[in-house]
Amino acid sequence: MSAPRLLDGPNPSIGPERLAAHVRRLGPLPKGGHGLIDLLGHTGLTGRGGAGFPVGLKWKAVAAASHGGAVVIVNGAEGEPHSKKDRHLMTSRPHLILDGAMLAAASLRAKQVVISVGEDHHAALRSMTEAINERSDHERRLIRIVAAPARYVAGDSSATVHLVDAGIATPTTTPPPPHERGVGGAATLVQNVETLAHVALIARTGTATETVLVTVAGAVRAPGVLEVNLGTPLGEAVQLAGGPSEAARAVMLGGYFGRWIEAAEAWSLPIDPHGLRERGLSLGCGVIGILPARQCPVCEVAGIMRYLARESSAQCGPCFFGLRALADACTRIAERGTDPGDLQRLQRWSGEVQGRGACKHPDGAVMFLQSALKTFGDDFAHHPAHLRRSA
Amino acid sequence: MTKKLELIVDRIKCDGRGLCAEILPERIRLDSWGYPIVTPGPLPEHLMDLAERAVDDCPVLAITLRRAAVQRPTTK
Repeated sequence: MSAPRLLDGPNPSIGPERLAAHVRRLGPLPKGGHGLIDLLGHTGLTGRGGAGFPVGLKWKAVAAASHGGAVVIVNGAEGEPHSKKDRHLMTSRPHLILDGAMLAAASLRAKQVVISVGEDHHAALRSMTEAINERSDHERRLIRIVAAPARYVAGDSSATVHLVDAGIATPTTTPPPPHERGVGGAATLVQNVETLAHVALIARTGTATETVLVTVAGAVRAPGVLEVNLGTPLGEAVQLAGGPSEAARAVMLGGYFGRWIEAAEAWSLPIDPHGLRERGLSLGCGVIGILPARQCPVCEVAGIMRYLARESSAQCGPCFFGLRALADACTRIAERGTDPGDLQRLQRWSGEVQGRGACKHPDGAVMFLQSALKTFGDDFAHHPAHLRRSA
Repeated sequence: MTKKLELIVDRIKCDGRGLCAEILPERIRLDSWGYPIVTPGPLPEHLMDLAERAVDDCPVLAITLRRAAVQRPTTK
């Protein structure tokens, strides 16, 4: 028998699976504890929110730092513009997520579970709220929901802690990281919703899950969320999303903190966090974005850099001013044509911004830009002025 | 044995006033927007007085001395 999948059961598009159906299909919630933490370590499960941190290690770190009263934050902020998989899961399988959260709470002896849901993900908010109301009195006392502002940095783990503590989803200075000092100073586990859903299945079967949720976006016929087997070639996932709707130029893998890959090289890549890491890539939050050949990559990258600059929480100078400068230089190249001075400034400023924020926002943006400059080197080197009168 | 200290900038508190770079140019330079870039690693003994002044004189208390992290192989 093959391992269970997150989206087994009723068609996800008909809405949330109710508690009774969920328990009938999967059986009751097993017990958490040290055994589960060890099991998660053995399965090699990594976080599905973007950073891909090993789950067993994170739980161990929280357990070690906790003096009782740990906190579990279920991260469903999903601020990544093209990503839809977290809200898809919250809307269709809320009890799988709550099971994972309760297993984390039991294993870490947490006294609070807070679910952070993007404030504009209305269906997900409704689904999670209704699901909590179906749970036991004990669970309902433990769990509450906070609405996360629809901002890119709101999904950062220190920002979710700040949101719960003070109502402001801005990142804070680390160290100490949330797993040492999080909500109210308590050791805090911040874990993505999909990751916790995997935990709920692993606790029941005792073995690793073999799937991952991805969002296929851009120039495909049927963009949307898919659950694919680990190791599936990227091109196959794109075919499952209806195939490219026109000739493809490149793939953006992992969202706005991800990497650009020429389409011809991308199709054979395995969708698997470990396999991609070996190739110097990352699955990130699971976004697979297809850039069509007719679209100018320089203009696309400039638009995304402007977005990332705007999404800086404006706390750290190098991020606030640096990302704006980088976005401006990209925009100048896009609008007025390539200037070798701007290309040099992009390199110099990238070096000055990298590693110089309280959170990883500037690092993610710079790595994304560097990947674009590498993959679209010729386009950046010979970009025409777009505001020129056409012949 | 003396304990080794290093300079740490709190990026959120830092306002880019730049006093630290004037006091201790041996270890601190400013980026294109006036924010300090600190040379990582433990401070040599002869710069300790100036480092302490850089810490004390920061108008927004963004720079501190802390025990140098254990030497790790760099990833870069």
